Amino acid sequence: MKETQAHQIEKDLKINYGPNKKFITVCAGTGCRAYGSLKVKEALEAELAKQNMQVDVLATGCLGFCEKGPMIVIHPDKYFYHSVKVEDVPEIVSKTIAKGEVISKLLYRDPDTKKTLFREEDLPFYKKQLRVVFGKNGMLEPTRIEDYLAIDGYQALGKVLSEMTPDDVINEVKKAGLRGRGGGGFPAAVKWEGVRRAHGDPKYVIANGDEGDPGAYMDRSLMEGNPHSVIEGMIIGAYTVGSNEGYIYVRNEYPLAVTHLTLAIEAAKKMGLLGKNILGTDFSFDIHISKGAGAFVCGESSALFASIEGRAGEPRAKYVHAVEKGLWDKPTVLNNVETWANVPLIINKGADWYASIGTEGSKGTKIFSLVGKINNTGLVEVPMGTTLYEIIYDMGGGIPGGRKFKAVQTGGPSGGCIPESLLDIPVDFDKLYEVGSMMGSGGMIVMDETSCMVDVARYFLAFLKEESCGKCVPCREGVKRMSDILEDICAGKGKDGDIEILEEMSKAITDGSLCALGGSAPNPVMSTIRYFREEYDAHIKEHRCPAGVCKALITYSIDAEKCTGCGLCAKVCSVRAITGEKKKAHIIDKDKCTRCGACIQSCKFDAINVK
Amino acid sequence: MTKTENVAAATKAIIKKQGNSKSALIAVLQDIQETFNYLPKDALKTASKTMNVPLSRVYEAATFYSAFSLKPRGKNIVKICKGTACHVRGAAALQDRFESTLCIKPGETTPDRMFSLETVNCVGACALGPVVVINTDYHGQVTINKVDKIIDKIKKEGA
Repeated sequence: MKETQAHQIEKDLKINYGPNKKFITVCAGTGCRAYGSLKVKEALEAELAKQNMQVDVLATGCLGFCEKGPMIVIHPDKYFYHSVKVEDVPEIVSKTIAKGEVISKLLYRDPDTKKTLFREEDLPFYKKQLRVVFGKNGMLEPTRIEDYLAIDGYQALGKVLSEMTPDDVINEVKKAGLRGRGGGGFPAAVKWEGVRRAHGDPKYVIANGDEGDPGAYMDRSLMEGNPHSVIEGMIIGAYTVGSNEGYIYVRNEYPLAVTHLTLAIEAAKKMGLLGKNILGTDFSFDIHISKGAGAFVCGESSALFASIEGRAGEPRAKYVHAVEKGLWDKPTVLNNVETWANVPLIINKGADWYASIGTEGSKGTKIFSLVGKINNTGLVEVPMGTTLYEIIYDMGGGIPGGRKFKAVQTGGPSGGCIPESLLDIPVDFDKLYEVGSMMGSGGMIVMDETSCMVDVARYFLAFLKEESCGKCVPCREGVKRMSDILEDICAGKGKDGDIEILEEMSKAITDGSLCALGGSAPNPVMSTIRYFREEYDAHIKEHRCPAGVCKALITYSIDAEKCTGCGLCAKVCSVRAITGEKKKAHIIDKDKCTRCGACIQSCKFDAINVK
Repeated sequence: MTKTENVAAATKAIIKKQGNSKSALIAVLQDIQETFNYLPKDALKTASKTMNVPLSRVYEAATFYSAFSLKPRGKNIVKICKGTACHVRGAAALQDRFESTLCIKPGETTPDRMFSLETVNCVGACALGPVVVINTDYHGQVTINKVDKIIDKIKKEGA
């Protein structure tokens, strides 16, 4: 009975965007929205109506290639247009939609081969990716549950409820080797088993969507672009551990994710996929959304529970684990958004398939956000074990402006900076830890020769000082002291012995802090000292910032040979430090100059030197 | 009704909507801030009494989370993203320029209550970096030289 009902609902709802159907998808992720993709969508709809054409236009979630937004894909030919403007719309409709002709200026040109590429999968950015979790974003409108059902959504849930016992699910997830995508990489099945066997009622299932690592936005794109995949994973998890109530904890900064998740929960309830007696079985489960209020530490499990309970997000000592006493001291499964989104995939395709992807210790794929000084900013999903080089150069297209790569920062404020010599390491949980960084939630911030590594360490420690909840002394006082020392070094007040003090304090803070925020806070400092000690020495001993970032240690000057005397720099200088006659080389008054960088940004001749 | 009574009535309505359980405190504070653009003292007192949570606890939550403001904020809220990607692309210099143009520091509001300046840890729109979010609009790849233009445009629209 269970089985027929589960399958029937899915069958009834299946909509066919079949292989020959004409429709357009417009990327409506946060990046593309900011570039104006919703206006492009409106213009497409208006133009189609004007030309009397019945073609669906879908506003999908993030397609990942955020550098080139707004992006649209025209089906069934799957032509991929990027950087589309409203002005391009009439031509798109009259040529591509009506006649199937491509518009070459909107197609992607490979910067290396200069070849024009027609489809998403041909682009170097996408070619080496394996987008089994994230790729579905492009196939659905996140506000319509029907679209998710059309791509086999909720089939995994149907299978679990009709064919599998909770132990079967645990075994399958264990066999798949799924590890938590939030940073720690703890095996998901072990956590689930712990909660299933734990005494205490009710039990809770939580999705951690408090993506606090600056420079990471894959969870945002999943919650916004494919909310049902997260919800489906949670329902399966709830069935497995025996929970009837769950929460999705979403960052305050992600309003669109909250909207889409809310709509998705309502839609799932209406279809009997969530709420009482799911798919006609006697299993019931409901999900609430809890919004964060801007505190990085709330990504930590016990702080997150405190926040859901309506208190300040202060972590507590973990003598007893969350699987025994979590939210309201009840057994709780807390997994990251991306982890939950992997669950339906494992059930649908099987543990063997899943475990065939990745490395020995890290299975499946991982979504990374490739940002910073990189040509192709965006989200990439790759099999675990892909090398940093492949991600940064093959997909990311290398460093802009012909500048030299310096480091890639992974793992957010708990992670570290990895130098060029280690670009060949395969990326997985264990390897990143080995080189002094960590996976974190998957942010990869690329830095080039114009990024100062001491400044980066200072930046992270200032961040952590601000975000430390203040409960335990090593973190509250220790991180503050480390941050002060780094501020001094960047201000040219570094002293001999500072590096040694930083190293000593790092150890004490790591050993003595209550939670992972403090425990990993010294990582950005330790890894930069380990790999870029010469930059620290240059700051402390020579009062020099080799990258030209630390304001107190640099001066601006104008290269008289390159300067054409156009006067633009003098115009933008807010302190009037630049003078000179028209068409003659200008000069900068070093005493007045605040080194704000406005002149560099305005100069078209690269005539401003920073030393 | 006096202003105090108004605030109290609006706060009570919010609490009713969110449910009168202690765990709803953060959500209640969020709604209060959305209604008044900050957390008025009277609203916090009302919340404390109605929800039966000590005022010290309400104050603790209100000051712990960076999204809350105890001071009235401006009509336009300028949020400079200070995520790592924006940082390496020059967010600090951008912040300096916003500070000097608006003559306020982060957390402050201009005397005419037109602008508040805030920083945020990452808005997750790293391709646009450096990003500035003004109210609900995302401004991408902002250069120092664009700052004054952005502010002028808002001033004109507001006038």
